Amino acid sequence: MYAPEFQYYRAASVAEAAELLSKNPDAKILAGGHSLIPVLKLRLAAPSALIDIGRIEVLRGIECSSGTIRIGALTTHAELAASAELRARAQALAEAAGMIGDPAVRNRGTIGGNVAHADPASDLPQVLSCLGAEFLITGPQGERRLGASEFFEGLMSTALGEDEILTAIELPEAGAGEGSAYAKFAHPASRYAVIGAAAKVAANNGTCTAASVVLGGLCPAPVRAEAVERALVGRSLTDEAIGSASRATAESLDDDEVLGDVYASAGYRKAVAPVWVRRAVTAAASRSG
Amino acid sequence: MSASTFGSGIRRREDPRLITGSATYTDDINLHGTLHAAMLRSPYAHARIAGIDTSQASQAPGVVAVYTAADTEGELAPAPCAWLLPNSELKIADFHCLAKETVRYVGDIVAVVVAESQYQACDALDLIEVDYEPLDTVVEPKQAAATNAPQLHAGIEGNQAFHWTVTGGGDIGEAFEKADVVVSETIVQQRLIPNAMEPRAALASYKPATGELTLWSTTQNPHIVRFLCSLVTNVPEDRLRVIAPEVGGGFGSKIAVYPADFITVFCSKRLGVPVKWVESRTENYQATTHGRDHIQEIELAATADGKITGIRATVWAGMGAYLSTAAPGIPTILHGLMLSGVYDIPAIHEDVYGIYTNTTPVEAYRGAGRPEATFMLERLVDLLAAKIGADPAEIRRRNFIPKFDDGHDVVTGLTYDSGDYAGALGKLLDEAGYAQLRADQAAARENGRYIGLGLSTYVEICGLGPSQVAGAIGFQGGLWESAILRFHPSGKVHVMIGASPHGQGEETTFAQIVAGELGVSPDDVKVIHGDTDNTPMGWGTYGSRTTAVGGAALALAARKIREKAKIIAAHLLEAAVEDMDYEDGKFFVKGSPDSSKTIQDIALMANVAWNMPEGVEAGLEATSFYDPPNFVFPYGAHLAVVEIDPETGHVELKRYVAVDDCGPQINPVIVEGQVHGGIVQGIGQALWEEAVYDEGGQLLTGSMLDYAIPRADRLPDIEVHSTVTPSPHHPLGVKGIGEAGTIASTAAVYNAVIDALQPLGVEGVRMPLTPERVWRSIQDVQERN
Repeated sequence: MYAPEFQYYRAASVAEAAELLSKNPDAKILAGGHSLIPVLKLRLAAPSALIDIGRIEVLRGIECSSGTIRIGALTTHAELAASAELRARAQALAEAAGMIGDPAVRNRGTIGGNVAHADPASDLPQVLSCLGAEFLITGPQGERRLGASEFFEGLMSTALGEDEILTAIELPEAGAGEGSAYAKFAHPASRYAVIGAAAKVAANNGTCTAASVVLGGLCPAPVRAEAVERALVGRSLTDEAIGSASRATAESLDDDEVLGDVYASAGYRKAVAPVWVRRAVTAAASRSG
Repeated sequence: MSASTFGSGIRRREDPRLITGSATYTDDINLHGTLHAAMLRSPYAHARIAGIDTSQASQAPGVVAVYTAADTEGELAPAPCAWLLPNSELKIADFHCLAKETVRYVGDIVAVVVAESQYQACDALDLIEVDYEPLDTVVEPKQAAATNAPQLHAGIEGNQAFHWTVTGGGDIGEAFEKADVVVSETIVQQRLIPNAMEPRAALASYKPATGELTLWSTTQNPHIVRFLCSLVTNVPEDRLRVIAPEVGGGFGSKIAVYPADFITVFCSKRLGVPVKWVESRTENYQATTHGRDHIQEIELAATADGKITGIRATVWAGMGAYLSTAAPGIPTILHGLMLSGVYDIPAIHEDVYGIYTNTTPVEAYRGAGRPEATFMLERLVDLLAAKIGADPAEIRRRNFIPKFDDGHDVVTGLTYDSGDYAGALGKLLDEAGYAQLRADQAAARENGRYIGLGLSTYVEICGLGPSQVAGAIGFQGGLWESAILRFHPSGKVHVMIGASPHGQGEETTFAQIVAGELGVSPDDVKVIHGDTDNTPMGWGTYGSRTTAVGGAALALAARKIREKAKIIAAHLLEAAVEDMDYEDGKFFVKGSPDSSKTIQDIALMANVAWNMPEGVEAGLEATSFYDPPNFVFPYGAHLAVVEIDPETGHVELKRYVAVDDCGPQINPVIVEGQVHGGIVQGIGQALWEEAVYDEGGQLLTGSMLDYAIPRADRLPDIEVHSTVTPSPHHPLGVKGIGEAGTIASTAAVYNAVIDALQPLGVEGVRMPLTPERVWRSIQDVQERN
């Protein structure tokens, strides 16, 4: 298809991008373009202008210091997947990034664009929610920082204001005895998540001391599987215990919220989601030693 | 023949330009002053057009013209259906290029905008106001055939485009009455989208001064396009030149000549400038033809020991809203006549109802009718095996047509050319290690793992075909091919052929045929195709016919050249023609191979003609027309191994082993590539692909985000083997191989999945075998028990 006409701006800095955004209230930020361009080509959106932030170098890269990982919004999925730091300190994120789309998508798509688009079938929202990420935002009122549960509001909707730009994402490094993992049921066509389960487990001598389990693909926004987390904490991380805890997944899934489509119905997704929770928790537990 | 050329897996000469992006497709051709067309397509699957207002669009920036049906009155005939199936009460609804009064599928063209740029044309589409009055829709063929269904076309009762039957052999009713065992099943052969990598496109350039029009078209058959286009647009055939430049795949979807093609021609003619139309992928999904779409109710009668005594079937074939160019022949001639398959079946009866529905028209799609036939048989045979407790391999052996090498009649009226079906199955079982696989499967079941083995033994009809048969079955064309083979003075060769390969590799294999026949290097042979102004007439590339028919024409042309060259050589060597011998490009007097004339020597002499035998014309060139005496019937045996995750319903394809027999292989690497691609498309039907419409006729799988095309990372390495049984009637003994993989593989994978689920009590699952469908089939059985 052919996109409708729009004005194109290339911003040299975050400040310039913010200024352009305030002058063009109907504009959209363009990063890797892998969500936005298809929407334009299908004429599902017709913004007056695109503000390309793709060449603002300060928005790119992964830095680790004092137990915190800071990821620039323009960092590509391929960079996330290949990052030795992430693979050591935020395994689930590197793992999930490597499962997005195909190499062409991973080479262009960015973490910032991915989470700002907030597609419920995306992979990174649930992983970042699981790992306790915070979202750094720049706007006319200066900078602010939101946790994942505040940032992701619903179906393709975030707390990001129309005049704000997501600049970076921060998350804590995995500490001793912590491991994380991502398990995905990929759609055979889009490779988006039909179900995506992110798990982070802390263990001490094989006993779970803390657990974070978040599901994507199922509901409009990432869903924390609190019942699974509760069932894990204090238990020895055996296959039986993980299997049993995973069965509590459904308690966190509101029937009215679970999404279905022509490929996989809501009922089916809900019924088999515990399998992916179990796989994610099992892998996370194996990395927590 | 030279062993180093014919039969050698040399690299495809097509590939360097294809994989470096330097090939020229229709959209790459830019003529000065070209305008761009965009089609306004109906968003409704069925609606009356109460009014169209194009006034705003006409004034939009860059817009040169906007046309609706009213503008084309008398200048554009309906898009023709060219397979007039006899004895079938065929009712062809007018497929107007621009819809008149009624639209009947989402994608029906309502108006065309011609503008200075593609973007301007697309922008203007949004400004056309169409007043639609929605009508009731029906998308499923059996429902459309029911009384009270919405009617698509006035005067076509029950939406029935045709009712075709095949009856052969003994009394079918008696076969079922006397049967010890009867098995039956209802199968949904879901609708598929061909997904050629290059979307369709047309560039028409009309020259008002001469009345000549050139049409660049993404087609599998440029000569048919010229013929039909001349009839529809009133451009005389001698003034019409059709060029198929590089064509990025077709799989059947580029056989038809489409309304958009004719409209593009009309626009160029009306405006006197070049007009280009390139479809988007969305349009490709909506309006380029689909494949399959059968509801099949099938049953098999057999004796207690598993000998088949009859097959009976009723098929509702969804045709879409209109009959595409070759559509009526696909679910009938290419399907029903193949219902004996590789088996000796004494009685066969099938009714096929071709039904109009509010969907995209259906056409040939790789395999075209034969996959649907093979699937039916291979399901029935597996059901029979399960019913009497025999191994699926054994039940096949009990029913195979015994080995034959020069003709075997089946009750549907066809005469197969040659085959050794038990031989192919035997080789497959050996190569796959079938006995061990069965033992492994039993052990896995003990451990709660669900592994399945699926067989598919097939024969298919291709190399279409004798023209006399084409006439008898209502195909509105011939099915011969022709080739011109021309030697230049330096000994280099031009081959001009009427067929139009578009990815299959015949530029390479045709050069190998010439090399094999005349001892030249394949590198010295240029193969020219696709341009109706510089190639002889040909009927196109489909039905695995290009090598089988076009290749035969070329071989015969080469043999004519050899005869003429021998006369010239005898003259130059001052010998009698009957004393001449030929070997590998050299002509010599018998017994004196050291004193010879090469084909290049003779090409030079024939071209300069300084010293020719008396009465022999100058030049070294031959034209041959090959009208095959029969079809060719390649066959084989395939095995799929799958494992099911019963918790989620996921199917993992673990192994795929194929044995195919297409006779002598001109280029085994190209054969293997065709087998790979074919198998993968068939696996796609089994596991992933389906065009899903909602009840209102909206295509829910309208993009590659939803329609799952096979991807390499979901597939195992395909293990390819072959046997070689020449066709007795073919000059080279070769049979087609382009569709064989697709014809076999859907059934192999499906049978494997059902075999895996057998301990769980699952008997059937609708395709594609998505995780949810497999999981639900398991749940349903568990709930019943």
